[in-house]
Amino acid sequence: MNRRRFLVVAGSLLPAIWAPARATPADVAQAIKALIGDRVPTQGRLKLDIPVLVENGNAVALSVGIDALPGEVRAIHVFAEGNPLPRVGSFRFGPATGRPRIATRIRLSTSQTVIAIAEMSDGTCYTDSVDLLVTLAACLE
Amino acid sequence: MVRVLINVPKTAHRGEIIEIKVLISHPMESGQRRNEMGQPIARDIIHSFRCTYNNEVVLEAEFFPAIAANPFLSFFAVAEDSGTIVFAFVDDHGTEQVERAAIIVE
Repeated sequence: MNRRRFLVVAGSLLPAIWAPARATPADVAQAIKALIGDRVPTQGRLKLDIPVLVENGNAVALSVGIDALPGEVRAIHVFAEGNPLPRVGSFRFGPATGRPRIATRIRLSTSQTVIAIAEMSDGTCYTDSVDLLVTLAACLE
Repeated sequence: MVRVLINVPKTAHRGEIIEIKVLISHPMESGQRRNEMGQPIARDIIHSFRCTYNNEVVLEAEFFPAIAANPFLSFFAVAEDSGTIVFAFVDDHGTEQVERAAIIVE
C-alpha cells in the first residue's frame, strides 16, 4: 500500500472512528422498558461489580449478583449507555441455579454508565449502575 | 465447531453450590467494525447460551455484540444428583454446538 492509497483509505475511515453510532440513555430506557414494562426498579440488593477505570474496553470483567435466594430471581439484564447497541446481555436463571450471580467479560466503546436490572419472580425489579472511564475503546479499530 | 473450555468440579456433596466456568473460543465479530476498505464486517456472534443440569435449567443467556471476544461466563448450580451438565450455544449462522461435563455427587 503506497502513501497516497494509505491516506485515501485512512481518510475514509476517520469519520467512522470519530462519529460511531451510539446508543443514548433514551435508547437504554427504551430497551429496559421493552423488557420490564412500566415497572420501576428500586436501588439496592443488586450489586454490579465492574472497574471504575477501564484501561482496555475490549474485555472488561463484569460481575453482577443479587442478595436473594436463587428461586426469587428470574433474570438479570445488563445495558451500556455509550455502546453502539444498548443491550449487553440477559441472563435467565432456572430451577438448578445455585446463586443468582454471573460473571462475564464485556466490550465498552467509550466512558459511560453501565446499568444492571434484576427481575424478581414476584414481579419487582432492582437496579444498580456504575459510571466508568474507558481509556482504550473497543469495537472500532 | 469451536474450542470450549469448561470448568466443573468432578465431585460435589449433595446440595453443594458449585461454580461453573465456560470459555468459548469465538471472535464475537460485533458488526460495528469496518475492514481496511471501509466496508462493514458482518456480525458473527454467539447469541444464545443454555446450561442444563440433568435437564433442569441452570442458566439461559442472551448475548449481544457487547460481549467480549472469546466469551467467558461464570455462574452457579446446585449439585443435587450425579449426572451430566450440558452446555448448548447457537451462533449467527444458526449452528448449535453442544458440550457435556459429568459430575459425581456423593
